[in-house]
Parts: sequence; C-alpha cells; structure tokens
Amino acid sequence: MTSSAAAEPQRYLEAQIRWRPLEIVFWLATLLPFVLTPSYLVLASQIAITALFALSLDLILGYAGIVSLGHAAYFGFGSYTAGLIAKWGWGEPLSGLIIAAAAAGLLGYLTSFIIARFRHLALIMITLGLGLLLAEAANSASWLTGGADGLQGVRMWNLLGIFPFDLYGTAAYGYALAMLFLLFLVARRLINSPFGLALRGIRENAVRMPAIGAPSPAHIRKIYTIAAVIAGVAGALLAQTTETVSLETLSFQRSADVLVILILGGAGRLYGGIVGAIIYMVARDQLSDINPQYWYFWIGTLLVAVVIFLPNGILGGLARLMPSGRSRA
Amino acid sequence: MIASAFGVLFDGFAYGMLLFLLSVGLSVTLGMMNFVNLAHCSFAMLGGYVAVTLTNEIGWPFLASLPVAFLAAAVVSVAFERVLYRRLYRATDLDQCLLTIGIVFISVAVAAYVYGTIQQPLNVPAYLRGTVSVMGQSVGVYRLFLIGVALVVTLVLVATLEYTRFGAQVRAAVDNQRMARGLGIDVDRVFAITFALGSGLAGLGGALAIEIVGLDHAFAFTYLVYVLIVVAVGGLGSIAGSFVAATLLGISDMAGKYYFPELGAFLIYFVMVTLLMWRPAGLFGRR
Repeated sequence: MTSSAAAEPQRYLEAQIRWRPLEIVFWLATLLPFVLTPSYLVLASQIAITALFALSLDLILGYAGIVSLGHAAYFGFGSYTAGLIAKWGWGEPLSGLIIAAAAAGLLGYLTSFIIARFRHLALIMITLGLGLLLAEAANSASWLTGGADGLQGVRMWNLLGIFPFDLYGTAAYGYALAMLFLLFLVARRLINSPFGLALRGIRENAVRMPAIGAPSPAHIRKIYTIAAVIAGVAGALLAQTTETVSLETLSFQRSADVLVILILGGAGRLYGGIVGAIIYMVARDQLSDINPQYWYFWIGTLLVAVVIFLPNGILGGLARLMPSGRSRA
Repeated sequence: MIASAFGVLFDGFAYGMLLFLLSVGLSVTLGMMNFVNLAHCSFAMLGGYVAVTLTNEIGWPFLASLPVAFLAAAVVSVAFERVLYRRLYRATDLDQCLLTIGIVFISVAVAAYVYGTIQQPLNVPAYLRGTVSVMGQSVGVYRLFLIGVALVVTLVLVATLEYTRFGAQVRAAVDNQRMARGLGIDVDRVFAITFALGSGLAGLGGALAIEIVGLDHAFAFTYLVYVLIVVAVGGLGSIAGSFVAATLLGISDMAGKYYFPELGAFLIYFVMVTLLMWRPAGLFGRR
C-alpha cells in the first residue's frame, strides 16, 4: 500500500475498483475450457470449486489475518446440507445451493463469536479443534451422513430445468464458474470498501484498530460469517456436481490443502486463491497419476521454497517483477 | 466389553506418558522461540523408523536401538534448525506453520518411498511382552516399561532445568528472550541444544510408540494433532503443563474409546476446545 493511500482512502479505493485489462482477459480465458479442452471440464469444475473455497479462506486469512486450520468445516457443512436436501427429494440445484449457503453461514455466525475472542496459537488450535469436532460428529452420525461410506442417493434435477449434470461436466463447469464469478464480484466489492480497509487494519495491528474506534470483533464476526457462506457455496457445488458427499469434505486434509493453495497463489490478493487452485489442481491431476505419495513430496518442497524465496506467494513474486505496484489486485 | 476402571486409567496413563515424550520438546521450544514447529512429529517418526531398521534389519536388541533413535532425531533436527528454521525466527506464525508443514509432507512422502505404506512390525523382546499382576490387577509389561521410561525422563528434565546452569539459561530464555540476551546468554546456542534435546525425546517417543500405536508413513500427521493439543492445553514452555495435559488427554482418549466407542475422538476434541476457551494460554501458560 502506498503512502498516498493513507492520505486519500477514497481515491485509493476508487482506483482499486477499476477493472484492469488483465482481469478481463483472465475471466474471458476461463471460458476457454468449453472450447479447447472439453474432455477436462470435470477437472475445470473442480478447479472452480476449489478456487471459490480458497477465495473464502482468503477473505479471513489474507485480509483479516485469521489463521484457520479448520475451514473445511463450513465447506463440508454446506456440502452435506446440499446433499441431504437433494437426497430427501428436493433436487433443484439453485435453491439447494442457497439453503446450503444459509446453513453454512449460520454455523459460521455462531462460531464467529468464539473466533473473534482469540488470536495466535489458541486461535489456530480452536479452529483446528472445531473442524475436527464437526468431522467426528459427521463420522459418528452415520444414520444421517452415511459415515465413512459417504452420502449415497443424491439425485440432482436439471440445472435451471434445462441442463443435466452429466459425465462430461459441461453444466457442472458452467454452474461452478458462474458462482465463482458472482461471488468473486461480491468479494472484490467487499475488499475495496472501507470495511475491507478495516479488515486489513485488523490484520496489521489487532490492538490498534479498536483504539481508533473500529469495532474489530464485530468486523471479524461479519467477515467470518461471509467467508463461511462462500465456503458453504463451494461445498454445495461439489455435492451437487458430483452427486455424492464424503467425509473427506470435512477433513483436516482439506483444510490444510486449501491453506497450501492460497499460500502458493498469494494470500491477501483476490486472485491468489484462484491462481493457486489452478496450479495445484492441474499439477495434482498430472502428477498424482504417477503416485499420490510422491505428489506430497513435491507439494512439500514447493511450500518450503515458497516460504523461503517467495514470501508473498506466486502472485506476490510476479508483482515484484513488475515495474509498478499496480498489479496488486 | 466393560473394562475395569483401573485398566482404563492405567492404559490411559501409559498412553499419556507416550504423548508427553512426544510433545515435551515442542512445548519448550515453542515457549522459548515462539517457533511453531509442526514438523516435530516428523522427528518422532524418524526415531521410530531408526528403531525398526536397527532391530529388524541389523538385529540389534530393542533397548539398544532406543538411544540411537534419540541421537538420530536430535542430529537431524539440528541440521534442519541450522539450515531452514533459523531463517524464520522472526517470521509470522503462518510462515512458520507453512514451512514446517511442508517438511511434514516431504517426510511422509520419503517414508512412504523408503518403507512403503504398510504398518511396520517390531520385535519387542520377550521380557517386555505379556502382563504381570500388580496388586491383583493385571497390567501390560510394556506399558509399565513405558511409564518407567517417561517418569525417568521427566525427573531428569526437571532436575536439569531446576538445578543446572544450562537449565537456568533455558528458563531465562523462555521467560524473556530479550532480557536473557541482554544478560549475555547465547540464546541461539541454548535454543539449538534445547531443540536437539526436544527432538531427540520425540525420536525416543516415536521408537517407544510403535508397540502401542504402530508406525506407518502417516505417523507425522496422525500424531501432530495430539501433540499440538498437549502443547496448547498444557501451555507453552511448561513441562508440568505438558505432563498434566498429556495425562489428561491420554486418559480421556482411552476412556472415550472404552466407554463411548461410537463417539470416536469427539471427546478429546471437545475437551480441548472447552479448555482452550476457558484458558486460551493453556492450563499452565502465562501468556
């Protein structure tokens, strides 16, 4: 952030909200898989869902500085809600998605009262603990969730009554991409608002913000709930496009993966999660065919390298190569 | 099967002692440098594999492999400390988390590459197998041995910290790192030694754990959560806190598994979250 930003926050925000050509090119390019790689549309839909999940984590981690090791709780909660609604006979995707998002948001709102009270190691451990609690609860309640076998019998109706969710993933990718773009717009607007600036203030100095009159706990509760809603949408998308829900959606592994994805891409940047998701998912798709074990060797090496050499992620490294600081989207 | 309360308490205590060995090093180093070392259990896993290799491939007696497990973990951890960790002492929690979780990923993959993904068998000598009767209750010999080792380690640790010059330096560095530096204590050196000792204890714990919980390539991940719970609940930098937290966790986990098997690990996570909400700095933590 430049010094002029501090002097004129209004103009800084207005400059940030303008669309850059690179951004427009990027979003147009997301349509290319329909034409260029139609056989990879299922993977593309998975990438869009993961990117949405990473965007949700970016809001709390990248902007508000809340480190969470249990963010999969909201992803999985949305996933199970959407799956259960469809299993009980209401297979309409959009309304199911909204209900799942509301359910995840409610869970996020309730837990945000806990989250807003803690920082540092206690916060990391409490998010981890809450995530594990929910995963264990879902595992125990196998009459509801199907336990380790996953939720079976999810049948979705056609999207908008027209497009069926088929094996090619055309509807799945279109649906996931539309949701990603929509929620990206919401996040973009949110971040480039005074509220977004307040969040960055909390990240930089959590003690000073209340001292200048900003209600930090209220801000944290708000952004945490919003992030939970977005994570719930991502989870619901996964449940609806794959027509199954497994315990893996709630697992620590998923929380850790999304953290890795966001860090690789660059936390505190709107495109960080999306870029990270593309690189991570494509690399995993290519490398884990050889052996899933070795995949973790490479991801570990990459993590160590990023922390040591690229402290701001891949996008941060690219931004440093650019002559001006304007690519800080 | 209804287990006797004594049996549950005894098994839980033995399990708790194992968790104590695995986690005490992390607690002290976290308290001193505020360095979040999630790779702590990777060093424990290394100790486990060293013990397995020595006893199964080379035919060493199990007891002789334990000191080697300790040494191997200590030496390797110092190498990591010198090359990688040292650069990040002033970095954020998040960067430290990420670096060390990267090391966990690498260690898990390397273990899977070298040893495969199966559970490692370990030949425990005959005199450590079976059960003996203590006050009319039958208890496992190996668990008794484990408790003995852990108690000896605890005594040595407490004595070292309380009564030696080095121990005083460690306590000073944990209490106030800057002040300790100001008094001319070479905190970096003290930290490196403490780090090696703590990782060595984890290696010893890893070797001792095989008989109780098994050893496979995912060990570094599986027990990371337990170790973090012990450290967070006990409070950073507190040996007494780790001891109490490990005992509490071991017994509640074992009791949960015996009496409410359908709840799974729900109970211990619930205990942890509740304790942390009540005391965010841990039972014995001061910060």
